[in-house]
Amino acid sequence: MFAFLENPKFRGGIHAEEHKAETCDKPIATDLPLPKRLYIPVQQHVGKPAEPIVKVGEHVLKGQLLAYSQGTISAPVHAPSSGVIFDVQDLPAPHPSALPIRTIVIETDGEEKWFKYAVPENPFELDAEEICLRVGGAGVVGLGGAVFPSAVKLNLGRKNQIHTLLINAGECEPYLTCDDLLMQERAVEIVGGIRLMLRGMNASKAIVGIEDNKPNAFKAMQAASAEFDQISVVQVPTRYPMGWDRQMLRYLTGNEIPADGRATDIGVVIHNVATAYAVYQAVCLSKPLISRVVTVSGGAVAKPQNVEVPIGTLMSEVLAFCGVENEKLARLIMGGPMMGEVLPHADVPVVKATSGILALSHEDIFEPEMKPCIRCSSCVTACPVGLLPLEMASRIKANKLDAAVDLGLKDCISCGSCSYVCPSNIPLVHYFKFASGELFSRQQREHKAEQTKRLADERTKRMERIKAEAEEDARRVMEARAARQAAEAKAQEETA
Amino acid sequence: MNIKPISSPHVSSARRVDDIMKKVILALLPALGFGIFLFGWSALFLTMVTVLSALFFEAVCLKLKGGAVESYLRDGSAIVTGLLVAMTLPPYAPWWIGVVGSGLAIILGKHVYGGLGQNLFNPAMLARVALLISFPIEMTTWVNVSPFFTGLDILESFKITFSGAEISDAITGATTLGFVKTGFSQAQLLPDLLSDYSGFLAFIGWERGSLGETSTLLILLGGIWLMRQGVIQWFIPVSLLASVTLLSTIFHLVDSSHYLSAWVHLNSGALMLVAFFIATDYVTSPNTPLGQLIFGTGCGVLIFVIRSWGGYPEGTGFAVLLMNSVTPLIDHYIRPRIYGRTRDGKPIEGG
Repeated sequence: MFAFLENPKFRGGIHAEEHKAETCDKPIATDLPLPKRLYIPVQQHVGKPAEPIVKVGEHVLKGQLLAYSQGTISAPVHAPSSGVIFDVQDLPAPHPSALPIRTIVIETDGEEKWFKYAVPENPFELDAEEICLRVGGAGVVGLGGAVFPSAVKLNLGRKNQIHTLLINAGECEPYLTCDDLLMQERAVEIVGGIRLMLRGMNASKAIVGIEDNKPNAFKAMQAASAEFDQISVVQVPTRYPMGWDRQMLRYLTGNEIPADGRATDIGVVIHNVATAYAVYQAVCLSKPLISRVVTVSGGAVAKPQNVEVPIGTLMSEVLAFCGVENEKLARLIMGGPMMGEVLPHADVPVVKATSGILALSHEDIFEPEMKPCIRCSSCVTACPVGLLPLEMASRIKANKLDAAVDLGLKDCISCGSCSYVCPSNIPLVHYFKFASGELFSRQQREHKAEQTKRLADERTKRMERIKAEAEEDARRVMEARAARQAAEAKAQEETA
Repeated sequence: MNIKPISSPHVSSARRVDDIMKKVILALLPALGFGIFLFGWSALFLTMVTVLSALFFEAVCLKLKGGAVESYLRDGSAIVTGLLVAMTLPPYAPWWIGVVGSGLAIILGKHVYGGLGQNLFNPAMLARVALLISFPIEMTTWVNVSPFFTGLDILESFKITFSGAEISDAITGATTLGFVKTGFSQAQLLPDLLSDYSGFLAFIGWERGSLGETSTLLILLGGIWLMRQGVIQWFIPVSLLASVTLLSTIFHLVDSSHYLSAWVHLNSGALMLVAFFIATDYVTSPNTPLGQLIFGTGCGVLIFVIRSWGGYPEGTGFAVLLMNSVTPLIDHYIRPRIYGRTRDGKPIEGG
């Protein structure tokens, strides 16, 4: 009943100013000057950091392994260009905190000499395991922003009876057009990557979902996949957050992923379109993931465009290439404006997760004064998950975190739709992130308290045991002494 | 360069509280302007007194509360409240009714709860009901239709509003709802009671009534415009009007001598204004579509019940206040379904 109030394919969402026109019809720039130094963090993925195997002073070739993957969920990193290892040290990470992260610094020699890997003759006839191995070895991770190691996902897919591979080409974030351009220019390679992924998972069909604001990309992808029946390319409406993987899945299949599960539970694996391109490069050309397409845009950028950037290039160099106007720059963001992270400065490297570098001007981020909530429910209407952002925020404000969790805080995906539509300009997402952080540290504290209590209990028991043993010893000594005395007394009596 | 911790998103829509209030004011103006035209200078004076005193009380409360006064005063919420209070008053009511009404609405209806967004009851309806109970004579003296230049001149009107001049019985009468209720108490029956009633004039608004409530047509147009602008959604107005229409039609069909037809209900009293401008108040109505449907239906049922069987001829104020009081309850129980979960919050079964 009342299901008519719910759109089964899409809930909530917003339509923000797109700002894609600035970059979507310019070709990908591949003439970024090779930086003198490249800074390659050993952790650019979800999971354990990679372990460096190169030494300072060692000469490396382009594509050579720098640090190997550790454990089941991890990914290796490779040299984006040839040169000499200058240093391995802790340097600022591309993160709001700019906290240091272990980074391999290469001084490039400008020769761009490739490390020779064997190229498979018939890549599309490789075994599923072999494909996964090659994808993992090339350091391919999810390039939509989640940077989850792709090989892990492919393996998971193969073990879970996957029927559908979903390729997420929504690219719903404003400003960003890197996936759009990649599809326009390199659709054939992307389709190759999709075929390899299907093979790697033993899946039978793939659906590519593209927002209908990218007609050229749609045409290119359709043309490239025309001869492969197992791949269908579908246009989806332009509505943020269409690119939320679970949303894309709901739109294309009508199914939802259980709140406590993953896409594999309903026979689907979702990969980003740029990841498919990286898979093609890794398997067909044996090229590891050492560069990516990055959208450089925003009101403070004179020549907004998409640039193919070697991983490890400092963002300041990319921005300089695109003509950043520092006096206009109000906020620097990695990713899109809806979910991207603020960076305190541009002297951090481009990593595998960097889909965009946005230098936003004051006009872009127009921020009026915060007013009280008037309970207009715009946030409830906009929430794609089905939460009550205004109620959650009021609970968090009153420091009732458990009440906020009851309302579904943990289901929040931080997409920012609620903050975007709020007419009172309340930073709702900020409240939710704060609360999630508080919950995490509370869990840590509780865990610590439990551990302390356990140790204290153990100590008490140990002390009691020691005491009891000491008493037992003392008793025995006393008994022995008493026996000895008795014996002595007896002996004296006898002698007397 | 800014390094204070800022959370995404980094862009926001241009929609602001001030714009919403401005649109509500704009949507009210046609009906209000018609009311002023219909009842002459006194109506204009009363509107000005009510709105200005609403702004005054708002400023005083904000000042006492401390913090920014001007930016809050400019958000337009006090003007909306003042306008709504004025529109529900009899057009010849004395000035102090307007002042007391605004005071009740702004102070008791809004700021004692903590100000904008915190109140449980709709301020304008709270003021209307409090005034009706406290000053029944002033609140039920309904003047005949007397447009500018046909009724009292500016001086006479001024005296009526500001110095308590007697209102001649010759120019007053009862509203349709009041007339019918009195008629029933004298054992009169319906078709006779409404022998002079014109459904068309009532729809246009050419009848006795509160200052800004008479024109069903103009309020409807304002309300539809607000919906098209995305300021209000259809759930409350439609469910409210539909439930009144449904109930009155059923009862009218069963006993047409004791129950008014849906058309008379829809064109009488504050029903339209309440459906589009009062019950849709964001602060005091539920958050979810289903909750709003329940709320609107509840309002409609209560309005019909009070009008048909209650002591007062008009029940909109009481109905809205009663439903306001259950809004937190509705919001507690009616929540949207979360992605990947069933309505009661458990993860859906994987397939």
